[in-house]
Amino acid sequence: MDLNLDAPHSMGTTIIGVTYNGGVVLGADSRTSTGMYVANRASDKITQLTDNVYVCRSGSAADSQVVSDYVRYFLHQHTIQLGQPATVKVSANLIRMLAYNNKNMLQTGLIVGGWDKYEGGKIYGIPLGGTVVEQPFAIEGSGSSYLYGFFDLAWKENMTKEEAEQLVVKAVSLAIARDGASGGVVRTVIINSEGVTRNFYPGDKLQLWHEELEPQNSLLDILNAAGPEPMAM
Amino acid sequence: MTFTIPIDNGDSVKNAEADSQRTLYPYVTGTSIVAIKYKDGVLMASDMGGSYGSTLRYKNIERMKAIGKHSLLGASGEISDFQEILRYLDELVLNDSMWDDGNSLGPKEVHNYLTRVMYNRRNKFNPLWNTLVLGGVKNGESYLGMVSMIGVSFEDNHVATGFGNHLARPILRDEWHADLSFEDGVKLLEKCMRVLLYRDRSAINKLQIAKITEEGVTVSAILIEDILGIQSVQQSDCWC
Repeated sequence: MDLNLDAPHSMGTTIIGVTYNGGVVLGADSRTSTGMYVANRASDKITQLTDNVYVCRSGSAADSQVVSDYVRYFLHQHTIQLGQPATVKVSANLIRMLAYNNKNMLQTGLIVGGWDKYEGGKIYGIPLGGTVVEQPFAIEGSGSSYLYGFFDLAWKENMTKEEAEQLVVKAVSLAIARDGASGGVVRTVIINSEGVTRNFYPGDKLQLWHEELEPQNSLLDILNAAGPEPMAM
Repeated sequence: MTFTIPIDNGDSVKNAEADSQRTLYPYVTGTSIVAIKYKDGVLMASDMGGSYGSTLRYKNIERMKAIGKHSLLGASGEISDFQEILRYLDELVLNDSMWDDGNSLGPKEVHNYLTRVMYNRRNKFNPLWNTLVLGGVKNGESYLGMVSMIGVSFEDNHVATGFGNHLARPILRDEWHADLSFEDGVKLLEKCMRVLLYRDRSAINKLQIAKITEEGVTVSAILIEDILGIQSVQQSDCWC
């Protein structure tokens, strides 16, 4: 399979947005691929739009970046004119406007999440085509295919902040395990009335799944360790 | 105000994507709508699903919305286009109420407006990828009509979109009659929705039923239907 370094940069991606009792938690992997090559293994797909609203980007890296940039610009002006922080709903609608009116050219799925004083924590999913869906939780990107069942099982209303973040980290980590287009580290952003917290979970901080082994520093450690017990016949 | 990111693809003679302001295919879609006239007005039923290809991705989408005081619009097809149509209709209803003349848009007028919008988009090769059902009651007269994405428009006593055309309409042709009571009407729609749940892969088991009478529109009763029967009913009367 050729490297095809001229393929458009695409974030295969797993992105997640989850509401909890008091705010939202956004999560994402960190892999950006150009065909089969990993162009960036430490990308930040959770992008700031305003102090209180962030967006998770998936699909074409270029498309999602340009849409975020336009919306950040619009929201900046809107905040000045309004005299107070923009609401999550307005941010989502601006993203929708661009996504819908340019649906033939854009290939990006986005999750808008944030906190405002009117509605509290809200998550809006904006898939291909420009539909807006307000949801208690949203999953997007190629890795999300592996998470529908997981969320059907694990999602509950009114989680605490810690439960919500753990759920997000677990989910992104599960998707990374099975989706070739997702990988790297897990990043989370928690947004509530108090502000914004960014967290970072490298591979060794994540739990092990099926057929995954404990991380070792070097093959030498394995070779020098005691051999396995002989099998009893 | 619409904002499009300017893109120059060259001339449309040599480049097929040049005038790419056309909807090529739907992404998030809703399945059938079924609606009937009954004694006091119109009843309409839909499920709450939004499919993404073969994935049953969204399970809380409301595909029926009240329009003004006298009409109800149900849509199947691309949800983003339905959301855009609702925006056009918001503007229409707003402008109508700004006349402040005591008159308000009836279902016939809304249906006609939608027909013009759908047909004109079709002529520009940029359709709104929906089949719409418009029902309503004004001045005692019930109205039920349909518009497709290519602008085909008509009225009837019972209509259905998508799979509903094939599965529900034969049932309705057999069992519909004028002056159905509310209970009989709901039972008839339930029968149709059950068959659709059995035989339409994109149907989900979460329904909404809407009623329009002279009093107004009620989009209510989120029913969770099981193959074995109705499991639970949550009343949520909302003037949406």
